[in-house]
Amino acid sequence: MRRRHFLTLSAASLGGVLVYSLDRKGSLLSAQDKRLRVPLRFFTEEEALIVGAATSRIFPTDQSGPGAREAGVVIYIDRQLAGPYGRDRYRYTQGPFEDGPPELGYQGKATPREIFREGIKNLKGFDRLAPEEQDARLQQIESSRFFSLLRQHTIEGMFSDPIHGGNVDMIGWQLIGFPGPRMSNYDDIDKHFGEAFRPTPISLEQVTRAIVRPGEDEQ
Amino acid sequence: MKTLPPVDVVIVGGGWAGLLMAKELGSRTSLSIVVLERGGPRKTENYSTDMDELDYAIRMHMMQDLSRETVTFRHTEQQRALPLRQHGCFLPGTGVGGAGEHWSGHFPRYVPDSFELLSCTLGKYGPAKLPEDHSIQDWGISYDDLEPHYTRTEMLLGISGKAGNLLGKQIEGGNIFEGWRSAEYPTPPTKIPYVAALFRDAAKSLGYHPYPIPAATTSVGFTNPDGVSRPGCTYCGFCSLFVCMIGAKAQPTNTLLPVIQKRKNVSIRTGARVRRINRAGINGSGNVTGVTYMDSSGEEHFQPAALTILASWTLNNTRLLLLSGLGEPYDPATAKGNVGRNLTHQILSSATLFFERPLNRFMGSAAAGLRVSDWDGDTFDHTHLPFLRGGSFTVMHITEGPVANFGVLPPSVKSRWGPDWKKAGLYYYDRTARIGFSGEHLAYKGNYMDLDPTYKDRLGDPLLRMTLDWRDNERHMSKFASEKAMEMARAMGAKETIPFPTLRNYDTTRYQSTHLQGGTIMGSLPDRSVVNPFLQHWQFPNLFVLGGSTIPQNAAANPTPTILALVLRTADALADRYLKHPGPLA
Repeated sequence: MRRRHFLTLSAASLGGVLVYSLDRKGSLLSAQDKRLRVPLRFFTEEEALIVGAATSRIFPTDQSGPGAREAGVVIYIDRQLAGPYGRDRYRYTQGPFEDGPPELGYQGKATPREIFREGIKNLKGFDRLAPEEQDARLQQIESSRFFSLLRQHTIEGMFSDPIHGGNVDMIGWQLIGFPGPRMSNYDDIDKHFGEAFRPTPISLEQVTRAIVRPGEDEQ
Repeated sequence: MKTLPPVDVVIVGGGWAGLLMAKELGSRTSLSIVVLERGGPRKTENYSTDMDELDYAIRMHMMQDLSRETVTFRHTEQQRALPLRQHGCFLPGTGVGGAGEHWSGHFPRYVPDSFELLSCTLGKYGPAKLPEDHSIQDWGISYDDLEPHYTRTEMLLGISGKAGNLLGKQIEGGNIFEGWRSAEYPTPPTKIPYVAALFRDAAKSLGYHPYPIPAATTSVGFTNPDGVSRPGCTYCGFCSLFVCMIGAKAQPTNTLLPVIQKRKNVSIRTGARVRRINRAGINGSGNVTGVTYMDSSGEEHFQPAALTILASWTLNNTRLLLLSGLGEPYDPATAKGNVGRNLTHQILSSATLFFERPLNRFMGSAAAGLRVSDWDGDTFDHTHLPFLRGGSFTVMHITEGPVANFGVLPPSVKSRWGPDWKKAGLYYYDRTARIGFSGEHLAYKGNYMDLDPTYKDRLGDPLLRMTLDWRDNERHMSKFASEKAMEMARAMGAKETIPFPTLRNYDTTRYQSTHLQGGTIMGSLPDRSVVNPFLQHWQFPNLFVLGGSTIPQNAAANPTPTILALVLRTADALADRYLKHPGPLA
């Protein structure tokens, strides 16, 4: 059995205490630095620190608002890799494996888990580099399948429903003005032409008032 | 293997086509009917827990499980085909309702000359205009034969729209290029969201003829002739790739299942994976005897039936006939044999528009929008153009989930990650729209299906192999349509626009549409078709084939209305003629 790994995060760095207003001016309501120990399902703590640092360079925290760190993207990726997607439950994985033209899509044997494990090995110590050095390292691997998955999963962790572990407090949705699974836009669909209409975001569990089981928790 | 008690009718596939036939025969006769569906059952109550972009639109929870079964693909016969290991260019559904659950619900009819494509094209342009290796053909029926069934289909699904041609009289605001209609749409058009309104005004200003997309996402509460009620759309935006949470989008489960569930003579067995259609003798024609399937526990069953109806998706219909050795496989070298011939897809391209104002694109429905058909079929003269046929443009507010659409950026933004990319992504997320185009894909001798010699499904049966590529007709049409789209984008006030991607080789990684046609095509002569114009197998009169596989070639528009109209026509032929005197109908 796998030794239990935790990622220690400061609560201020994860959503939670950060209230992000719709005019894109973030403000910290509560600045006390409470530490959270999040149990990891797939990554070791060292791996999680590397992935967390890398996703923060892809979707940084800056003047334009919070980023992958506050949205908990690393937690999202950890859960995806631990679940059926990570082990290629839904992909056709029978051989023979052969290279084909790009129009035939990914033909490789490696699962997302294997691609991440391998990719992270090449980023040893990444989390301790200066931001400019981190960017330079990422530029070196930009054309790899690992980087393309890392980038894709960063977007997913920013903008998928919070049931999947990222988009904490719907920070990603607030950033872009996406209101989540709103049940009805009947009264607004033919109004607000040319003006931003930004209802307060609502998550799937808030809408349905039910526990929704995410795909990564299935076997 | 266990032999089950015989039934009158076995239907393979519980999607739109199979369940519509089950409903028709189940309510009009007392025959015992069994529907075999490989996927699982589907609840009919509240679907709101499915409104999750990640699991449904990205991980594709509703689609065929490719780990069990996929297809292989190559562009030409000279290449070795490789499996499609993940979903891409089309999205086959699974489970009760099939792809009819996750569809978008666009509901246009085909233009009348589609049904006589070869005759009409030869008549107008002569043989020299046809591509050298084309294999287009007439259907064996005309638009007039199908018109009453189109109207019945629209009534059944409560289609929203506005007629443009009522009994030959052109009506402004509807599609003036459509074939004649015997009736107005049963429900009024959907509401028009912002970007669609921009498109409408731009198209009008250029002298074109925009009209509301005929939509199976009904605009108002509606009760169909079977007494089945559905509510009007609330424009939540979760349509394509999702099940409609309130049932405003017509789906087999909310439109057909309520009737089927009341009929004691119809049963649906889920988890039933049909592997072969059986027949008594080994050679020649005669009758089929039923089907062999594996249930979800892995046990094999033989289900004897007097009448077998194959109604799965295009690719699987073809594969089942090939695996069962029914009919002669198509040989591209000699153009002999029919099973697998005339594989066509559909050109689906879009221009991406970037605006300065926010668009509120989270509101919408996959079919709430406008369509322009000024270049559909042969509505414009092709004498001096390097291609035949055309297609329609659409603009709607479709489910633009932020996972799939964050980072769609104008060409002026170069970065793909980091602060500049993030900033541009935040700005453009709700300032991006698309003008879509669905164009006609002609049939060619070299585009076909057969069984793959190498790759197998989980049960050890060969996968279906697709050999498919675009030709110059599609490339020229796409370029022509892209220029029209760019003109309309400018008139809509887009600040920057990305034109259609250039069509080179068919790309399996890019979603086109789930509109595949051919493989078991219909026709008036048995030497060039698998089924007759009543979708009855030429050699095995107690075997009928329903669905996109019977369409001789793509006709630009979305095929579901035509597929369902054909099913109704076949249901009439079965109920009124075949069941009284079983035997060939043509």
